[in-house]
Amino acid sequence: MTPIQALFIITSVLLLVSGFMVVTARNLVRAALWLIAALFMVAVVFVLLDAGFLAVVQVVVYIGAIAILFIFAVMLTRRVMQESGPQSNSWWWVAGLFSLLLFFGLTWIILGWGGAAQHAPRVSAADLDNIEQLGLALVDPAGYVVPFEVASVLLLAALIGAIVVAWDRN
Amino acid sequence: MIPLSWYLILAAGLFCLGLYGVLARKNAVAILMGIELMLNAVNINLVAFWRYQEPLDVAGQVFAIMVFAVSAAEVAVGLALVISLYRRRRSVVAENMDLLRW
Repeated sequence: MTPIQALFIITSVLLLVSGFMVVTARNLVRAALWLIAALFMVAVVFVLLDAGFLAVVQVVVYIGAIAILFIFAVMLTRRVMQESGPQSNSWWWVAGLFSLLLFFGLTWIILGWGGAAQHAPRVSAADLDNIEQLGLALVDPAGYVVPFEVASVLLLAALIGAIVVAWDRN
Repeated sequence: MIPLSWYLILAAGLFCLGLYGVLARKNAVAILMGIELMLNAVNINLVAFWRYQEPLDVAGQVFAIMVFAVSAAEVAVGLALVISLYRRRRSVVAENMDLLRW
């Protein structure tokens, strides 16, 4: 086992344990903190995949913005859901069974697929450092300028929509 | 070197954990956390396929960035809805939100 494989396994175990704590923790503030740990581990996975820019975006956008929004929402609504009492509904065992079934089904399909055993092609570090290409592709009419603008409009609409929905008219 | 299947199985596990959270949790905020886990699993898959199939093409990373944007929008609107419902009904339990039940 090479060091990089060991690093991957440690990261995966930490990621899955954090994810499990996110969906099972009784205290929602703790669940939000476990969510931050899980998101950070996803950033580490991005680094292992040579996508350094996405790892930075993951930390800045997910941990810096989305996780903080979650903590705000938990704090604003915490009085009604105290730490006591069950946090999952009466069908949780069906959900767990279904999730396990889906996991084993997906694993079976992945292991049966011939391309799953392939290794990453060797690419020079200069080719993987593609922030400039990425920036150009996002504003290139022959590239992704339309999805980029649609995403901008979507974010603006979500911003205004969130303000309108959460506005306290009284 | 790590084979592609390791990343795919990791993403499948994370997706199923998120799915369990969405299906089994009572609290609407916790359901949104499950959706976040599922979106992250999708992103791991997108970036893994980018690295193993087309590392010279930026398309895979662009897709992942789009998923970032969509999930940020989804969380902003979702949490605003939860806070608005909390104001009206004093509850964040998804089962109690039955205004549309026939």
